[in-house]
Amino acid sequence: MGANLKEVRDRISSVKSTQQITKAMKMVSAAKLRRATDAIVQMRPYANKLNDMLKNILSNIEGGANTTFGQERVVESAAVVVVTSNRGLAGAFNTNVIKSAVATIDQRFSKQRAAGKLTIVCIGKKGYEYFKKRYTDCTIVNDYVEIFSDLSFDNIAQVSQVLMDSFEEREFDAVTVSYSRFKNAGMQFAETHQFLPVEKLETSGGNKHRADYIFEPSEKELLEKLVPSILQTTFQKFLLDTHASEHGARMTAMDKATENAEELIKDMKIVYNKARQEAITKELSEIVGGAAALEG
Amino acid sequence: MNIVVLTPDKEVFQGEIKSVKVPGVGGQFQILRGHAPLVSALDEGEVSIEKTDGQKMTFGINQGFVEVLRNEISLLVTGVAE
Repeated sequence: MGANLKEVRDRISSVKSTQQITKAMKMVSAAKLRRATDAIVQMRPYANKLNDMLKNILSNIEGGANTTFGQERVVESAAVVVVTSNRGLAGAFNTNVIKSAVATIDQRFSKQRAAGKLTIVCIGKKGYEYFKKRYTDCTIVNDYVEIFSDLSFDNIAQVSQVLMDSFEEREFDAVTVSYSRFKNAGMQFAETHQFLPVEKLETSGGNKHRADYIFEPSEKELLEKLVPSILQTTFQKFLLDTHASEHGARMTAMDKATENAEELIKDMKIVYNKARQEAITKELSEIVGGAAALEG
Repeated sequence: MNIVVLTPDKEVFQGEIKSVKVPGVGGQFQILRGHAPLVSALDEGEVSIEKTDGQKMTFGINQGFVEVLRNEISLLVTGVAE
């Protein structure tokens, strides 16, 4: 009995120390999450204003708005960007993003993959580790795996610039991005978004607030300049969203783990107390039995 | 006349100003009170803002856009260097 008691006591203390770790990780993630959501909020005015300008220009353009990056071509080669985190312990977060990317490859790019013309651009270690092993028939780009260490616009813009350049030079005919859209700490949605070519820009006539703007240079040229900026901002948002999602997911996962540990400790304490009581009862009855034997 | 200077990372400046000089793609130009509505792309160059108290503020940009509407200026820029 004594051995069992000690065993349970050791297990309780080991679960307790694990719980302390998960609790600490939760706190760290909560702090990082705040910073990550701040970055999203900081970017919003810029992104909104850019979109306003786009709408403004589109409402002043007659006919279709064709841009370099809106060009739909026969898709011979494609790129899939997979944005995951560098670290695990975030529940199903990375798995979901990878699943979404794999589904896109199977549904949209299986032909390109068979022809050996599929490129997978990995951002974040987890995705890289997955695709490196299983997708040996595709070109795996790992130049940007470490980008999460610096999420400033200038740094991320490099990646989107490379993607846009490759699209322009017909190296890729389509680019999709798999990432995790951030809603709140408890909710993230793994999604795949078509990055290039950009979806058809609708010219919205009859805009009531239409002012008589001077456009400099012409509307069409301005559009050619504006679209890349919007694309860069969109790409930035993918990364910032994934970053926030990562910490949100980890926070939730660690909160659950802390709760589970609490439950485990509770159960083990009951077992421990029962065993202890049993031992005491046994000892008592031995003493009583011994005393009775002496008297007798 | 009010201006707001935005980058993707943060808001750089917001406030009342007298005038602002920007490097437009067709050449540098200045925006004063009562400027007609305008949207323009900007090239690499220097933006210089004169605040209402006469103080000047200049910084370099890589590229950007400016919109003027009813004495409200929005300056969207990337690569700000003081």
